Amino acid sequence: MADPYLRLDQLEVTFTGGRSPVRAVNGVDLTVDSGETVALIGESGSGKSVTLRAILRLNPEKKTRIAGRITVGGRDVMGLGSKDLAQFRGGEVAMIFQEPLLALDPVYTLGEQITEAIRRHETISKADARARALGLFERVRIPSPERRLDTYPHEMSGGMRQRAMIALALACNPKVLLADEPTTALDATVQIQILLLLRDLQREFGLSIIFVTHDLGAAVEVADRIAVMYAGRIVEEGTARDIINTPRHPYTIGLLKSRAHGAMTKGKRLDAIAGSPPDLANLPPGCAFAARCPWAIDECRRTRPELIRTETGTQARCLRTDQTLTRPGEFVGA
Amino acid sequence: MRQPLLQVRGLKKHFPLERKLFGGAAKTVHAVDGVDFDVLEGETLGVVGESGCGKSTTARLLMHLIDPTAGTITFDGAPVENTRLSLRNYRRRVQMVFQDSYSSLNPRMTIEASIAFGPEVHGVPHKEALARTHDLLERVGLEPTRFAERYPHELSGGQRQRVNIARALALQPKLIILDEAVSALDKSVEAQVLNLLMDLKEEFGLTYVFISHDLNVVQFISDRVMVMYLGRIAELGRAETVFGDARHPYSTALLSSMPSIDPDNRTEHVPLAGDPPNPIDPPPGCRFHTRCAHAETVCSLTEPPLAAVEPGHQAACHMGVAGSGHSRAPEARTATAAE
Repeated sequence: MADPYLRLDQLEVTFTGGRSPVRAVNGVDLTVDSGETVALIGESGSGKSVTLRAILRLNPEKKTRIAGRITVGGRDVMGLGSKDLAQFRGGEVAMIFQEPLLALDPVYTLGEQITEAIRRHETISKADARARALGLFERVRIPSPERRLDTYPHEMSGGMRQRAMIALALACNPKVLLADEPTTALDATVQIQILLLLRDLQREFGLSIIFVTHDLGAAVEVADRIAVMYAGRIVEEGTARDIINTPRHPYTIGLLKSRAHGAMTKGKRLDAIAGSPPDLANLPPGCAFAARCPWAIDECRRTRPELIRTETGTQARCLRTDQTLTRPGEFVGA
Repeated sequence: MRQPLLQVRGLKKHFPLERKLFGGAAKTVHAVDGVDFDVLEGETLGVVGESGCGKSTTARLLMHLIDPTAGTITFDGAPVENTRLSLRNYRRRVQMVFQDSYSSLNPRMTIEASIAFGPEVHGVPHKEALARTHDLLERVGLEPTRFAERYPHELSGGQRQRVNIARALALQPKLIILDEAVSALDKSVEAQVLNLLMDLKEEFGLTYVFISHDLNVVQFISDRVMVMYLGRIAELGRAETVFGDARHPYSTALLSSMPSIDPDNRTEHVPLAGDPPNPIDPPPGCRFHTRCAHAETVCSLTEPPLAAVEPGHQAACHMGVAGSGHSRAPEARTATAAE
């Protein structure tokens, strides 16, 4: 089997700027093959966005301690010099964000921003760069692309802006696309358009995508594999099918159960996960989910569980997987 | 039959835009453009729609935080009017919870002071207001001895939203307007707050207007659902009817835009192309005709009325109106069931 295109080994990210260090990411191992889409799911503070930013080294270097290895296309990202890093960002790995209005420059037209990005990475004439920008606008299905190239970000609707940002991210032919909640701020009918667009582009360009979201539905729509994060660790990982059909980590099960989904009986209380996520500046020694877990035993609070392969396909970081067998398809309702 | 607690008739809110420096006619945002609906006593009315559909403006109109351009709101048989005395009395009985739990609390007041503030303004003695506050804190799952003296920044988002709910309850209202009240919360916390809202409704005999863009949540909590599009009501009916047998093409598209949770059954086709149009220049005729797959000439000429398609279920679509001129409309003579 070929090496995965992107690989994180024991990634740790600690923010040292505050009074006490905040351990946002605590040993994440993740692989993404060429042409594969992996969704990172978690709640706020679970470390999913920080993991994504670490891959591009976007976290402020002076206030951040990163340990572990990040390998993309055979290269060690932590070892890149500033020139290589500039080429790497956008040329090898590109990123799209939740709020395009903040990510795009308000004083340049979209055409100017895309041609600038292309010309930074390649020696190419302005006219050729603009022709490529036009091609990209067509690829992301922006209507009347020629005219839209000359508009400013604030003149576009939210869905069009998100398409424009995707075009900008793809401008320099990256191999990996990092997507940080790209559909969270969008309306329902627009969200599904963007999800399907990402799926098409992934096929068309053979991209590897890491898709960060808190929405299981959005993850299922785009991802081949899903990794569930909690308190800076991946607690369960597997194919989208196995994660949804036969989850084994109590947190994944809790997330699926607490969904206010159509299949639920009306007026019935939701199976909410009690309590709230732990303080990242003060993590417990054992399993970080133990305090909220209905299956927790003393052992869970003492030792940090390793990722084990369950017989139902997923890998779960849990000592009690013998207790957590669920009925296949339990969470996929009408 | 339950009595309508709140009756809304012909409600409109237009926001004029500033005139451009040189010429150009002044434009108007048609945020809410003529809506009629009732909120029945003891029910939860869910309001769904995309940005710009007017759901939040409707909420602010119901609360009388802004004056309507036209239309009337009747609460418990009496008109809601913009006079100090009447509004003061109205707001004791109608309360609101907002999306942003942080900015809706005064950062310089302890949560205990924030919750007791309303009752004190309405003449409840300090001691009694404080006692009520502690009861409510307990009721929303925040232990008074630990939380009463804290400031908003010392709480998590979920805890702050519990405080906002407690504050809304402090005046013992009949109706609570929840405007995206759980949208900013993490999923596991959202479920806790939804459970709390259902328990409180039962315990205090409340009526909710629950506004959200999240269809799963609306389906779960609502008795009836109102679908809005560009300042108008597209469809209104019992939750199971609207979700199971939607009659307006916009409702259908909105519902099939919900991401699938089943990996073996992912969404294959975009249900609806384009973005919602700008409410500054709403299209003529049916406001949805620019994106509708079934649009015909009649749709761009005349606006369909919100008409009963069956008892208790209304939709504003020419396809459901007999003799409307749409090829899919029922024949005029068979339409005797109109309410």
